[in-house]
Amino acid sequence: MQTSFNIHHLYFLLNGMAWTLALSLIAFIGGGIAGFAVALCRVSPVAAVRWSATAYVQLVQGIPLLILMFMTYFGLSIAGWTLSALVAAGIAMTIYVSAYLGEIWRGCIEAVARTQWEAAECLALSRTQRMRLVILPQALRIATPPTVGFMVQIVKNTSLASIVGFVELARAGQVVNNSIFQPFLVYIIVATFYFALCYPLSAWSTRLERRLQVGQPAPLFA
Amino acid sequence: MSYQFDFSRVLQEFPLFLQGAWLTIQLSLVATAMGFAIGSLCAIGRRSGVKPVSLACGLYVELIRNTPLLVQIFLVYFGLSSIGWKVPAMYAAVIALVINVGAYTSEIMRAGMDSIHRGQLEAAECLALNRAQVYWHVILRPAMERVYPALTSQFILLMLGSSITSQISVEELTAVANRVQSDTYRSFETYIVVAAAYMILALLMRLGFWLLGQLVFTRKRRLGTTM
Amino acid sequence: MSTVVELRDVHKRFGANSVLKGVSFEVSKGQVIAIIGRSGSGKSTALRCIDRLEIVDRGEIIVCGHRVHSPDINLRKLRTDVGIVFQSYNLFPHLTVEQNIMLAPCAAKRLSKADAKAICERVLRQVGLAEKSQAYPEQLSGGQQQRVAIARSLAMEPQVMLFDEVTSALDPQLTGEVLKVIEELAATGMTMVLVTHEMAFAAKVADVVIFMHEGRVWETGSGAMLTNPQTTELQFFIGHAL
Repeated sequence: MQTSFNIHHLYFLLNGMAWTLALSLIAFIGGGIAGFAVALCRVSPVAAVRWSATAYVQLVQGIPLLILMFMTYFGLSIAGWTLSALVAAGIAMTIYVSAYLGEIWRGCIEAVARTQWEAAECLALSRTQRMRLVILPQALRIATPPTVGFMVQIVKNTSLASIVGFVELARAGQVVNNSIFQPFLVYIIVATFYFALCYPLSAWSTRLERRLQVGQPAPLFA
Repeated sequence: MSYQFDFSRVLQEFPLFLQGAWLTIQLSLVATAMGFAIGSLCAIGRRSGVKPVSLACGLYVELIRNTPLLVQIFLVYFGLSSIGWKVPAMYAAVIALVINVGAYTSEIMRAGMDSIHRGQLEAAECLALNRAQVYWHVILRPAMERVYPALTSQFILLMLGSSITSQISVEELTAVANRVQSDTYRSFETYIVVAAAYMILALLMRLGFWLLGQLVFTRKRRLGTTM
Repeated sequence: MSTVVELRDVHKRFGANSVLKGVSFEVSKGQVIAIIGRSGSGKSTALRCIDRLEIVDRGEIIVCGHRVHSPDINLRKLRTDVGIVFQSYNLFPHLTVEQNIMLAPCAAKRLSKADAKAICERVLRQVGLAEKSQAYPEQLSGGQQQRVAIARSLAMEPQVMLFDEVTSALDPQLTGEVLKVIEELAATGMTMVLVTHEMAFAAKVADVVIFMHEGRVWETGSGAMLTNPQTTELQFFIGHAL
């Protein structure tokens, strides 16, 4: 007997969407903390620290997130640790996010004008004080639009967790489709839910970026 | 850790990895070329004064940018078969990748084109060049040079994203990895090897794009500065 | 003497701001006209209207027989007859000096590469930059870039050249080389309209000086007008400018 799409399926998809949000949050918080550390290491005066952070970022940015997920899920479980799909996906996404956010935030720290660094130095502040009181607050302002923009990437990338079996929105779609065999309809609805999650973040990021540029001088191009 | 690493078993499957990598390269190059064409057209459309065209292009970009590639691939694959077109998975994969990268390319090209100062356009128009000539000589050519690094990064992301097409049974590198790891029970080694393979591919792509840039953008080759 | 440029009662507003309030003047063949005035007097706008960079609301502009104010003006033909040089040079940064100059003759006038190259060499020699043909704009000083911009417009062999405050963005020491080129060009009999702040230059080179004030032609005369201003506004302007 083939049922058509009904309210139970809708609830199942909404449930999946909740798990999408949960995984996104885990990835953002975990990846954010790690990414902050990565960004600081990238601007460290110690060359060895800088190089290892750079190597880490290059490594993670050079492989597909899907492979990273497979590595944590299949790899770690065969190595003797049994992991639930959520934990494996969480670890993979944390690593992924830490590299990308680390890069974004490093760019923002470096975007704070050289003159600010020099002014802070001439006020006899220590390096930690300089970072904490002068550079990071300004970097935070510059970092907000691209960070919000990257949150969209995080939400979209949680869809890959479906491939290792975690039941978030994309996987919920597959399960529903397996019972009613209407893939086009199911995935249009799934896409709509993703759009509803992502579009507000995208629009917010664009608005933030525009507001940021209002304070900057216009670009010169002879 | 009691796990014994054994790469030899995995590396025996080298020919399979090579095949998968070759398919990944093919997918990426075709999608890059077609995606760039579509993206450029879409950017021009978005900047045109014609309201319906501009809105349609804007809608296309927003829809693609706010939904996951995995879902887009499923929609193309199942969508095509539901209207009766039984295309091989590879074609559906290329179409989905082209549609996806086209949207991101469009935004990059649009930013590049918007960064051209009005004064440049006025100077070109006052030299009696028509609209198309102004667009090509004064907007597109310098814009492409300006955004070339961003384009390169986008196309490398596309290559990495092609791993998702393994989900509709395209036998590219990731699909090969899954097969090998299930045959050999050596997941860790398999995925480490494949991760290294992707990194090498990304490096080769970066090199290739750099060479192309040096060839095409004579100003950058001679002066080494950014515009 | 034939009239090359004629403005008749030209009005132009930007939103609520009326910038040109009935501007009329004539330029004969071979004449050099300098337009001076305060910022906001409308002088740059008047110049830009001649090449249809701004579209007039009322009035007529006739340039080399083209009715510029008319909506069915043939822009390509107009801009082949009119050359304009801007304050910010607007050279194409991704092209060499030679490519900058040859672009329009090849693309718009459909000349062969050989013909365009011959013209390019001629105009570069005219502005004194023959050896810089393979340089990119960013490798040149401001004065050199502006001279290339003049050469680029000259390559189209126009009937009239417009100069929109072309030395205002230059350091004082670079201004001289550009003014020299303009003076030499005037001596060859080119019809020219200059919007400028360089009073001494205007007095020396221009056949007619037009002083614009609040969107109107306030006073007209020869270069001597600047040492003997009639209206109080011009007296005030000269007093401040010197």
